[in-house]
Amino acid sequence: MNWAQVPTLIWESAYLGIVPALLGLVISVPLGIACTRWKWLYAPVLSTTSVLYALPSLALFIVLIPYTGLTDTTVIIPLTLFSLCVLLPAVVDGFRSVPEPVRQAATAMGFGTTRRLVQVELPLAVPIVIGGLRVAVVSSISLASVGQLIGVSSLGYLIVDGYQRDFPEEIYVGGGLIIALALICDLLLVLLRRVLTPWRPRRARRQVEPLPIGVPVRPLPGGAA
Amino acid sequence: MSFFSFAWNWLKQPQQWHGSEGIPIRILEQLYFSAVALLIAALIAIPLGILIGHTGRGAVLVVNVANAWRAIPTLGLLVLLAIWLGFSVLAWLVPLVVLGIPPILVNVYEGVAGVDPELKDAARGMGMTPWQQVRKVEVPVAMPLVVLGLRTGAIFVVATATIAAYIGLGGLGRYIIDGLAVENYGEVAGGALFVVLLALAVQALFVGVRRVAVPAGLRQQEHSS
Repeated sequence: MNWAQVPTLIWESAYLGIVPALLGLVISVPLGIACTRWKWLYAPVLSTTSVLYALPSLALFIVLIPYTGLTDTTVIIPLTLFSLCVLLPAVVDGFRSVPEPVRQAATAMGFGTTRRLVQVELPLAVPIVIGGLRVAVVSSISLASVGQLIGVSSLGYLIVDGYQRDFPEEIYVGGGLIIALALICDLLLVLLRRVLTPWRPRRARRQVEPLPIGVPVRPLPGGAA
Repeated sequence: MSFFSFAWNWLKQPQQWHGSEGIPIRILEQLYFSAVALLIAALIAIPLGILIGHTGRGAVLVVNVANAWRAIPTLGLLVLLAIWLGFSVLAWLVPLVVLGIPPILVNVYEGVAGVDPELKDAARGMGMTPWQQVRKVEVPVAMPLVVLGLRTGAIFVVATATIAAYIGLGGLGRYIIDGLAVENYGEVAGGALFVVLLALAVQALFVGVRRVAVPAGLRQQEHSS
């Protein structure tokens, strides 16, 4: 194992984990707004994302090879599609969590639809949206390692190389770094949420921590290869 | 050439459909791995989830562990067990079971814990024993989430059974791993196509399961909400 390449591998894993989650967010916010406004849209869109989520990542990478080659894009597109399954419900739930009186107050203060959306509803939706983002980033980082099987480099390299050379220590390092990287990104998102929502009482944090887990009627995401 | 033409050219060859390495056998292998693993995971996770949901003990632990679970790279886990255990049944069974447990556990727990307290009071008021309360009220009401957990677990397991070919297992992943090794994209594409079809079939299956397992009264409520 060559320690000199480890920083590069960490960077590649972080890139392959964060970019899909951000792209997923860029798609989910307008789509989520549309689904909140036109309620009939939500059910079909949600079933589409959950069908996409069921597709194994390795198979999707392979489907894309003729079109995008053995590049980062081939890994980023499927991971982005997976992230929609978490992020879209998070955005919709986030908007739905805005209390109706708040919305009415904003309207009464003369906010137009767009301004109310950007200045009132979006900031209030932040905690739940970031909850979804946490799941998306953590699972993308972990799943990106499968891309190594088609030769897209990440910390998964240490796992594959360690297996081929029958060298468990290298696998421990690779797996450990993937878990550490995922948990650090998770922590950073928690901090980001605190910065973005300074009005939330810190002491009540423990009760209202918007953990994405176990939000009912939604598949528990992540982990699937 | 597109993905589908590669896949089609490969799968229309008659030799792909016969013998111990033919497509039907590979599909059966993949289904066998997945079904055994899912069954064992369900036998562990469903009673445990009901117990935790009913008593409320250990809930915090379950939710947090399941959250951190996502960070574990599946490929790393699989490869490590293969190195530790060699060509043992456990080398594929353990990672698949381990992957299948968290989604089932969390959803069953959420479902049982989320049963309306008034409903539980009513059950107790009618003189039901704790066992009757669980069996006749809590589990049926939790059924949508139980099925959801099983579906998510099944998706995880079927998907991971694909990359299990990397440690020398049969199943549809065989085509992908072998095809990649000899750079025969047609074989890889064919394997990926069947993996995708299988994943979609599993999802469709659970739509059917849900229809059978969820009590009729509950289904009506969902449509009206």
